Formats: sequence, structure tokens, C-alpha cells
Amino acid sequence: MSADSIKLGGKIKPRVLIKVENLNKSFGDLKVLRNISESIHEGEVVSIIGPSGSGKSTFLRCLNLLERPSSGRVIFEDVDISGKKVDIVKHRQKIGMVFQQFNVFPHLTVTENITLAPTLEKNISKADARRRAHELLERVGLLDKKDEYPSRLSGGQKQRLAIVRALAMNPDVILFDEPTSALDPEMVGEVLDVIRSLAESGMTILIVTHEMGFAREVSDRVFFMDGGAIREQGRPEEIFFHARDPRTAEFLSMVL
Amino acid sequence: MKLLETVAGLWQKYYYVYLGGLWGTIWLSAVSVAAATVIGTAIALMKLSGVRVLDWITRVYVGILRGTPILLQLYFFWILLPKAVPFELSDTACIIVALIVNASAYVAEVIRAGIQAVDAGQTEAAKSLGMRPRNVMLRVVMPQAVKNILPALGNEYVTMIKQTSLASVFFVEELMTSYKTVQSATFLALPSLIIVGFIYLILITVLTKALDLFERRLQKSERR
Repeated sequence: MSADSIKLGGKIKPRVLIKVENLNKSFGDLKVLRNISESIHEGEVVSIIGPSGSGKSTFLRCLNLLERPSSGRVIFEDVDISGKKVDIVKHRQKIGMVFQQFNVFPHLTVTENITLAPTLEKNISKADARRRAHELLERVGLLDKKDEYPSRLSGGQKQRLAIVRALAMNPDVILFDEPTSALDPEMVGEVLDVIRSLAESGMTILIVTHEMGFAREVSDRVFFMDGGAIREQGRPEEIFFHARDPRTAEFLSMVL
Repeated sequence: MKLLETVAGLWQKYYYVYLGGLWGTIWLSAVSVAAATVIGTAIALMKLSGVRVLDWITRVYVGILRGTPILLQLYFFWILLPKAVPFELSDTACIIVALIVNASAYVAEVIRAGIQAVDAGQTEAAKSLGMRPRNVMLRVVMPQAVKNILPALGNEYVTMIKQTSLASVFFVEELMTSYKTVQSATFLALPSLIIVGFIYLILITVLTKALDLFERRLQKSERR
């Protein structure tokens, strides 16, 4: 099934948010991404699965130019953001990212973590930013931690903070890079719940994950990556129950 | 016991020479610490700017200053500077410039290392939020780097104070020079050396304790 035939809820085909054309990435002699071309539509939830070292994270990091592609283009909202003359800072404000290691700012309180970027880069007043931060914290059940420093938070709380920090910039898409891989098992659920409710609210999401049950449940599409390429992609039930590529089937038989 | 008596006698007679020397050491240290910190920070930022030419220049600068003896550098500036500038320059001025230049290289390395020790994930998170490079550095990286930098910088300052003693080679007024002054007037080498050593020891112990205290307070604020 090609990406263009995706329908989300209604009959209207949503616009393409991110378009990747012939994306290649090498680190020295190591080819990490091979000729990837894909489109992500507005409102879509896409899970990226595959063995470690298959290029999943690098693919995600190329989408907001944390890694610069060796060749190929990344087109976000009709602008080629991989071009040389682009003000990438402006576009990154519309592309949220959540990391495996949380990367919350340890020298700032929970509220300051959230308000830093909006007040500095979007000229939002401190008071408005704080109000919005507290709304977001309420949504993820962290309002009582608003004045704590991150060192007082559990892993799951840090990751929920990282998610609302990204949300505070009002992004059009959020990239999740293995958001639960560094968490103790009992904290995985609380973070997945937040991501699930984001997905249900219509946010466009790309998530690299090893949580197969979650991927099957929330995704509109699943990419299976291996050896730096997207070997197979399709609706979750196609990938998980009717994989055509033998590598996909082999991988799933090992993790399911 | 005889030695102690000589030391006491020498102090009673020449204390003003030693106090003058102490004052010289303190202000030489203060001026070179302050100036070296400013210049060293600028060099560290040049090195981390990502601009290839700047990186190359700072590499050569730091490489030469760390790769040659400080005494050689003092001679170099003492000989070169008076010829290089169109105005009259005192020995003291030449030596201060040399001390500052030398220290700036070490300070630059301390600051560079402190900045680079901040987890790369912090920079990535700030970038992914759409923060401009300037804000990433000033609001995310620097506040965390300071906690790495300050303790190491304190050690650097202590080293710098001890190195001002090299100025005595050029008879710039400081503690080691006051040893020489008294020694040549009295021919009492060991007692004079003991007095000067004792003053250095007190000065540096007090400073080290103060830095320790400061560091501990810093760590406490980290844990809040």
C-alpha cells in the first residue's frame, strides 16, 4: 500500500507534512541511511520499528536536521529544510522532539524547563508562558511538581516533562526517539498514556519504539527499517500479521 | 632554636620589606587572574565557535604557551615588548603582560573542557526546541558548564599565584623578590626563605579553603 492511499477517519486526504526524497546519510564509510523516500501526512501516527543499528534514530534526527543528510531532501510544510540557506531554527520550532535520555534541563525548575524556549524565541510573556506551562503540566499530572528541579523527578516524570516542554512550542509534529527505552518498566505505561492521548488529539507523530503492542495499537502506519532502508511499510495489521518481507517476519518473530 | 631566633629577628627588622612583597604578589596575582579569565574565556569561545580559522589560531596560541616554559615566556616578553611598543615600558608591565598571556592559555583550556563536558543531549534538546545558537549557549550550556569550570579554575588561580614568584628573576616587587632583597642585605638566606615560604603557605592555604567552601556551596545548590 502506498502512502498516498492513506485515509484518516474521513474521505479527505490530509496534506503532506513531511516529505523525504532520496535521503542518504553516511558517517565516514558507514552508510546509515540508504535512499529513503517517504511522506508523512498531517495527523498521521507513524511507528518506526526494526533491529538496533538499522538507522531508525538517524532517520528521525535527519527530519529536524540534528543530523545533516549526506544527500537527498527533507521537505517540511513545503519548504526544503535540508537546503543551505534555510533558517532551520524557525522550522525546528514546529518540529518537537522527545529523546530517549529525556534531556530535561537540570539547572531549571519544571516550569522554567517549559517556558524557556517560548519566552526566548516566540516573544511570549513570562506570565502567559507560565500559565500555558501549568495547563500542560496539569494535563500530564505533574502540576504539583511545577517548582521542583528535575533531579527530584522519576524517569517517567522527566519524560512527561520533556513531552510538555516540546508541546509548549505548539509544534505541528513531534518526533519520539525511543521515549520509553531508558525507563524502568513500571514507568513505561505513564509515558505511553501521554503519547496515546496526544495521538488521539490529532497530533502528527513519528515514534521510534520497541513497544510493539503500543505501535500496533496507536499507529496509522508502521515502518520496518533494516540496514538503513525502510524495508516494508503499511497499516499495523499488515505489518504485524501479514508481513511480506522475510526480514520483517523474522524480526517480529523475535520480538513478539 | 638559634634559627628561629634569627627568623624572628629578621622579621622584626625587615617586616615592611616582606609586607611590600606580599602586596606585590597579591596585586600581580589579582591583575593576571582577572585579565587571564576574560581573555581565556574569549579564546575558549573562539575555539568552540566552529569557525575553522579561529579554531586554528587558538590551537597555535594555546599550543605554544603550554608547550614552552613560563620562564622562557617571561624573558621573551621582557626583551620583545619594550622594542615592540613606541612608549616607555617598565619591567613590571612586561612581566604582567607575560603572566596574563601565559595564564590565558590555561584558563582557555579549563573553560573549553568545562563547556564540552556538558552532555551533548542538552544542546540537542535546546536546538530541537528551536532555540538560536546564542541562547543555546547562554541559557542552557553555560549555566551547566560553570559548575564544571569553577573548581578547576580555582586550582588554576592557585598555580598562577605561585608562578608570580618567577617575576623575582626580573626584580619586580613581590614576595620572592623581598627574599632576595633581605638576603643580599643580611647574607641570611635560609631564615629569609623560611619567612617568605611561611607567608606563601598562609596566603595559599586561606585561598584554597575559601575555594573549597565555595565549591561545597555550589554542590549544595546542585542537589536542591
